[in-house]
Amino acid sequence: MMRFMLLFSRQGKLRLQKWYLATSDKERKKMVRELMQVVLARKPKMCSFLEWRDLKVVYKRYASLYFCCAIEGQDNELITLELIHRYVELLDKYFGSVCELDIIFNFEKAYFILDEFLMGGDVQDTSKKSVLKAIEQADLLQEVRAGPVRKRRKRTKAKGALPTLDTLPAGPSCPFPTSLWRLAPKAPGWPAGPQALTARGGR
Amino acid sequence: MSDIVEKTLTALPGLFLQNQSVSGPAAAKASFSSRLGGLVRGITALTSKHEEEKLIQQELNNLKATVSAPTTTLKMMKECMVRLIYCEMLGYDASFGYIHAIKLAQQGNLLEKRVGYLAVSLFLHESHELLLLLVNTVVKDLQSTNLVEVCMALTIVSQIFPREMIPAVLPLIEDKLQHSKEIIRRKAVLALYKFYLIAPNQVQHIHIKFRKALCDRDVGVMAASLHIYLRMIKENSSAYKDLTGSFVTILKQVVGGKLPVDFNYHSVPAPWLQIQLLRILGLLGKDDQRTSELMYDVLDESLRRAELNHNVTYAILFECVHTVYSVYPKSELLEKAAKCIGRFVLSPKINLKYLGLKALTYVIQQDPTLALQHQMTIIECLDHPDPIIKREVLGEYSYLLDKETPEEVITKLYKLLRSDSISSETKAWIIAAVTKLTPQAHSSNIVERLIQEFTTSLDTCLRQHAFELKHLHENVKFMKGLLPVDKSCEDMVVDASLSFLDGFVAEELSQGAAPYKPHHQRQEEKLSQGKVLSFEPYGLSFSSSGFSGRQSPAGISLGSDISGNSTETGLKETNSLKLEGIKKLWGKEGYLPKKESKTGDETEALPVPQENIIMENVDQIITKNDQSQALTQSKEEKEKQLLASSLFVGLGSESTISLLGKADTLSHKFRRKSKVKETKSGQTTTAENVTRSSFSSSSNVTYEEDYYLDNFQDRGDKEIKKFSLNSELLDSESLTELPLIEKISNCRLSTPSLFAVNNMEVFHPPQSTAASVANEISLASSLLEETTEHMHSDLMEVCHNETISVSSYKIWKDECLLMVWSVFNKSASELKSANLEIAPAENFKITEQPGCCLPVIEAESTRNFQYSVQMEKPFTEGNLSGFINYQVMDTHSVQLEFSVNLSLLDFIRPLKISTEDFGKLWLSFANDVKQNVKMSESQAALPSTLKALQQELRLHVVDIIGNEGLLACQLLPSIPCLLHFRVHGDMLALWFRSSCSTLPDYLLYQCQKIIFHYRLLQDIEYNSLWYTLRKLRPREVKY
Repeated sequence: MMRFMLLFSRQGKLRLQKWYLATSDKERKKMVRELMQVVLARKPKMCSFLEWRDLKVVYKRYASLYFCCAIEGQDNELITLELIHRYVELLDKYFGSVCELDIIFNFEKAYFILDEFLMGGDVQDTSKKSVLKAIEQADLLQEVRAGPVRKRRKRTKAKGALPTLDTLPAGPSCPFPTSLWRLAPKAPGWPAGPQALTARGGR
Repeated sequence: MSDIVEKTLTALPGLFLQNQSVSGPAAAKASFSSRLGGLVRGITALTSKHEEEKLIQQELNNLKATVSAPTTTLKMMKECMVRLIYCEMLGYDASFGYIHAIKLAQQGNLLEKRVGYLAVSLFLHESHELLLLLVNTVVKDLQSTNLVEVCMALTIVSQIFPREMIPAVLPLIEDKLQHSKEIIRRKAVLALYKFYLIAPNQVQHIHIKFRKALCDRDVGVMAASLHIYLRMIKENSSAYKDLTGSFVTILKQVVGGKLPVDFNYHSVPAPWLQIQLLRILGLLGKDDQRTSELMYDVLDESLRRAELNHNVTYAILFECVHTVYSVYPKSELLEKAAKCIGRFVLSPKINLKYLGLKALTYVIQQDPTLALQHQMTIIECLDHPDPIIKREVLGEYSYLLDKETPEEVITKLYKLLRSDSISSETKAWIIAAVTKLTPQAHSSNIVERLIQEFTTSLDTCLRQHAFELKHLHENVKFMKGLLPVDKSCEDMVVDASLSFLDGFVAEELSQGAAPYKPHHQRQEEKLSQGKVLSFEPYGLSFSSSGFSGRQSPAGISLGSDISGNSTETGLKETNSLKLEGIKKLWGKEGYLPKKESKTGDETEALPVPQENIIMENVDQIITKNDQSQALTQSKEEKEKQLLASSLFVGLGSESTISLLGKADTLSHKFRRKSKVKETKSGQTTTAENVTRSSFSSSSNVTYEEDYYLDNFQDRGDKEIKKFSLNSELLDSESLTELPLIEKISNCRLSTPSLFAVNNMEVFHPPQSTAASVANEISLASSLLEETTEHMHSDLMEVCHNETISVSSYKIWKDECLLMVWSVFNKSASELKSANLEIAPAENFKITEQPGCCLPVIEAESTRNFQYSVQMEKPFTEGNLSGFINYQVMDTHSVQLEFSVNLSLLDFIRPLKISTEDFGKLWLSFANDVKQNVKMSESQAALPSTLKALQQELRLHVVDIIGNEGLLACQLLPSIPCLLHFRVHGDMLALWFRSSCSTLPDYLLYQCQKIIFHYRLLQDIEYNSLWYTLRKLRPREVKY
């Protein structure tokens, strides 16, 4: 069972936190701070798993964001890594080329998606389609009440044409702020190497 | 960072506009997003934490007013909630809003309710009293006809629900198990699972319904029910053996691809489901041959199916291997599983390697021969940059023992230790491993040699480990007891309460010993007793012990410096101790003497109440416990205490000095007396401890002090000869004399005022020579600080005049090139408004690194200016020029120009990719260059050539397949280039591909250069070897 999930930026700003086991506020803050320090200090070529306190921590960096999950001793690290990836895919599909800014400004949406995907720390629904359907349903109902129904936007903003391995000038010279970088790889099954590279290039 | 933030902010308005135009009624949406947006924007624009606090406090005050105002609509409340969540996420207290979150969940329409529920789930914890107020809302929503409302209620229930209120909603949720919508059924199952976790008794009666869920026609519902089964089977597997068949059937169907495509994840069928099932099967089949037999087929099938090379198949494979090893063993399957682990271990992907190494431990427990195949890989892993991997590897060694004799392993480790290619940290790990192995080895020649070699090592950490080993080694019998053969795989249970000592304590008490007092109590008592007592940590006495022989003021001031340094040393050492997992090294027995020493301390506290208890402690341990076992143990224990005390020496030295005053004399006299009374063995141990501590403290100084010392000694300066003691210290034998200890005490008496003196002022070197020496030192030390982590070039002087000297070096960091200019002020006066500027160059983007902007350079000091350099356009050679100006004595300003050459090579970094990715990338690149190069014969081995290239050009060797080698690199920031090498005969075919057109050509040129150099180098080496051989020959004849 997953104990908690954190999303934070390279600068150590918390973007999302979800706790699946009752933890006091003070303890939470301490854990978040500690774990962020540990994870941010790790180098790109190091492995994505940590043994931290009595938990196993699985983290992965997508562009400017770290996704970090704490799981229990007998849980499978690799599938947790895929779980993170699936969550990113879901976000990407929902927002359309998701980037950190989407999550900053629509964090409640990110929470809704997470709640639909994980429940009580375990995977609830692994089918991408049905998670999105559930979210869409809720969105749709809201909008029926709130105003005229509109199809959710398909984003056409500039970042749609954003980073791929070849086009992205990374580093300080990058014309786009890192928080606008696409989190998800272009296509499912996109090889891990270049993706890691985009992630690494984002400095 | 701040400019990134600014860029982000400029990008914001566009986003808002889109937000508005697309969804919802414009007004509400606009006000919402602009408010949260405004908050986010406001926060990111701030520079200090303090400002942020102020802004958020202000925001929270606003929110507080808004939420409690009666005029606030629910819609506004929703916005407020979002902002409150945001504030809480930043770590501020928004507890005033909790009740409003519950209200919003209660009263709002769907839109608002959802946010309300979310806020509740984020704000409150399970036992929060406000949660009771939510129960009614949940009950109401569960009964709603609106699916979304029911879903929300179920979600919140599975998130957070007060245990005592479960009965109120349980029947409603049970009903939902029969709901027509699968999403509701699924969520209901998961909500019940949650109840099962927090209050298993309450859901006892519905186990039969779980079975129904397991047979649900919807895969999602079935998968959800597996969570419950996994839990229940973990608690009592025998009750569910009858379900084994069903689980096997389900897994077969999943593996066989019978599920809807929706459940595929990257074309692997329902991996989460598979893993869940595998875990269940592992629990069911444990120690049960009959049940296990049912699942052999499907396990075999799973192992076979997981051939696809995607990460998720590795996850399944890993779980499968785990299951195979936990069920009743079947040799055929075990073999296959071991092979799979081999794939993990050999994988270039570090995550897989890590898990593979972890999995190896249970393979070895079953059959060590299987693991032996991977021995070489394991050793290679020893030098992996990730310390986690190293730890795993060393754990592995204890298992390998079964098949190989410990001697062989130790010999291998010893060889590793001798090689220069591995870092000192790794070496420390290895010594720790050797320590574990030693008790089982019969002959110990190598161990002795190792001890000899490394007790004089310059690395403190290594030396400490070597000493540990040495002392343990002196008492083999005890060592065997301490490091038992089979225990290293278990986690030792440490009895923290030390209850096994109760008898001993009672006995001592009955004999009139004083009861144990906790540390703070002793401290208080000492304070109340006033001046007579000394708190001096004995660590201090040890660290200053080195200067016992002379009492010259200069020597002592040096001593103070050293004791300060030893604080750092201690820190480092304890860190390394932690890393290596002391838990495994120290058994129950290990704690015994510790307590004994405490009780010993208590008994002695009575007759000498006036004396410093801590100081006495050291001596008493020895007199009390004269048995050899306890002796060795106490040595170890003391060593640890030493470490601990050396941590506090820096603090202690100042405070004790001011506190103590003259009381010192008394305690010293006493100590001398007690020393004389000690047994012979006691003396040696103390002396050894002294040596060790002085070792640790002095070694750290080697960087600077020793440097001075050596230089000064060379010149035969008489005054400075006094300090040569410091180097004498390195000779451990010189300290094993009793009188020395008295001298230490004497020595300390005169210290207080001198401790504050900076040693630089005490022995001021002659101007001319000293300047250059100091120059070197400071530069060297600045190099040491920053470059340990990355590769860097040598220091090179770029310009100089009579007052300053500017040197520069390059640090090839992962993401950029870091140029460091070290400006050394040679003159005796300080330089003002020193400023270093780099002229903008067309191909580079240069960013100044913070922390180097102080305009004053003091006399004889160095200031570093750091610039990170990024390449904007590929080029082959470039020039970076700049100037430094400064003012001497407020009079005239001087400007000095310099320039540095940069080549494309400075921006090449290894690109770590796997062979598959290499293949994919290879096809996607258009620019390609081929060339054949002749190699000398000795060079025919491809790996060595590649290694040379890897070192010289910082390429990454992806793979070597037969006579072909694959390499990859990237030009910063992110232009990849792939290299393909093939050897036929004495020709080497080079083939380059990249997305950038100039890169291959340039790399080809560089590679050719390296290969040529390499050839030349080898020829030279060969010749010189020949030459030495010839020179040797007559000698051989002679003897």
